[in-house]
Amino acid sequence: MAVLQPYDKLPALSSAVLLLVGSDGGLQHRLAEAILREKKNFKISIHLATSLPLPPERDHLRPRIDLVAFMIDIKSKYSLKNVEASLAYVDDSFFLGKVCFLVTGVGRVNCCSVEMNAIQNLGEVYCSPVLFCELEVEGSQVATAQRLLRMLEICAGHVPGVSALSFSSLMRNCADD
Amino acid sequence: MESVEGVARTLLSFGRLSRGLPFGRAHGLSSRDPLLPLAPRSQENADPQRTAFLLRKQWTLYSVTPLYRFSNAHLRDYARLLSAFIAAEKQKGLAVEVGVELDIKVAVSSLPYLKGSDQDQAAILVQLSSRSPASPKNSEEKLIWSGWFCCVSGDDISKNVPEDFTCLPLFLVNGAECYTSIVGSWFQKTFDCSFRRLAISPLILSWMAAMWTGCKVDKTASAIELVFSVPCLPQPLDISYAIHPEDAKALWDTVQKTPGEIIQEEVDVFMDCLYSHFHRHFRIHLSATKLVKVSTAIASAHCDGIIKFLQSQYLTGVLMLLTELAISQIE
Repeated sequence: MAVLQPYDKLPALSSAVLLLVGSDGGLQHRLAEAILREKKNFKISIHLATSLPLPPERDHLRPRIDLVAFMIDIKSKYSLKNVEASLAYVDDSFFLGKVCFLVTGVGRVNCCSVEMNAIQNLGEVYCSPVLFCELEVEGSQVATAQRLLRMLEICAGHVPGVSALSFSSLMRNCADD
Repeated sequence: MESVEGVARTLLSFGRLSRGLPFGRAHGLSSRDPLLPLAPRSQENADPQRTAFLLRKQWTLYSVTPLYRFSNAHLRDYARLLSAFIAAEKQKGLAVEVGVELDIKVAVSSLPYLKGSDQDQAAILVQLSSRSPASPKNSEEKLIWSGWFCCVSGDDISKNVPEDFTCLPLFLVNGAECYTSIVGSWFQKTFDCSFRRLAISPLILSWMAAMWTGCKVDKTASAIELVFSVPCLPQPLDISYAIHPEDAKALWDTVQKTPGEIIQEEVDVFMDCLYSHFHRHFRIHLSATKLVKVSTAIASAHCDGIIKFLQSQYLTGVLMLLTELAISQIE
């Protein structure tokens, strides 16, 4: 089946799998390396893809994916279109906290090609948190890696008492109240 | 009046969106608001002869914070003080051209016809002209630098500013950078304001392309040209995409639903049509590149904050948009 399913495979012991989907391979590599550098007490494996669906030939070798992070570069409208097209290949039950949108390149406001409203809409329509970061800056890179790692830990079920469903509280905005 | 306020409100929100606040939402804007910036309307009562000197010149854009204790009545005094300042800078050896001894004359004047509403401040023009001491006394003075402050429909900022401040948020410069820095530092010292280069993001440039394509021009218009810069390549590559103005206008007319109103979706559809046409022929995704320059029959704008006005009838409309950008950069 071409659609990504959250529970069609058995989980492995003490490990978590992250899938990064985005049109910029270099940024994905940088983020993946930053995540792997972080201290963690479980085995982590990061898969990189430019778009979905993933090639079906290797499907039996692929482990169960715990968190999918869609990367949108604010400087490129193409990356937003790519992500929107890929969202169709993700099963609905993934959107219960196992998907997040990562918006990169926000440090350079003057190179903005993507409208903020469109991204906020995407987050609302798919009920998933939207994280903003600037991967060119060391500090932001490390902070984003730590955040994603923590989210991954929760999505893989390694934190007792906290489930991925609680990520919806991340999206509550004080302006709405 | 209400429609003007509505436009002003949405113009402000458009400005805030374009800033792309990184960690949070744009304040006071719900995601379901359509954006309605005013497309430049043809200004029939603007005298084309008076504004002719502003056209077809490359102007570099700056945003200026409000000026403290600036008065329209003392323009001659300001001109005198500024020329004394320039002479002092030359004495210090800090500025200007090496070798050529130029006698620089400063003229500061007001342009009352360049404003959007009556609450706006009249535009102020500063001109530096020189005459070489070698040439005869009554020879023509050569204009070497000009800069003008203006505020067109800047109600958002003029309302909130205390008594002694004058709001002229947009500054346009044509001339050598050395003079710009001298004049800028004099204004900063005298009126406690600050200048910042105004950059135009690709998002705003695509709005300009859509808005200006839709404007009616009398004579045969020049082609709409979009210049893109391709990132992440070892050698810099620029792609220039020229579109016949009538084709572009026909496309825009099919996209735009309500005349006089433009929303983000319409601009997106317009640009996507152009990008997919290009992709069909050249297999290049222009949406992955950065739009750096837009040239239409009305005006041409570069992302570094450089503008060229080409039609006097739409001058005020374009200035309104630029004032909006300058205000959003100040705030």
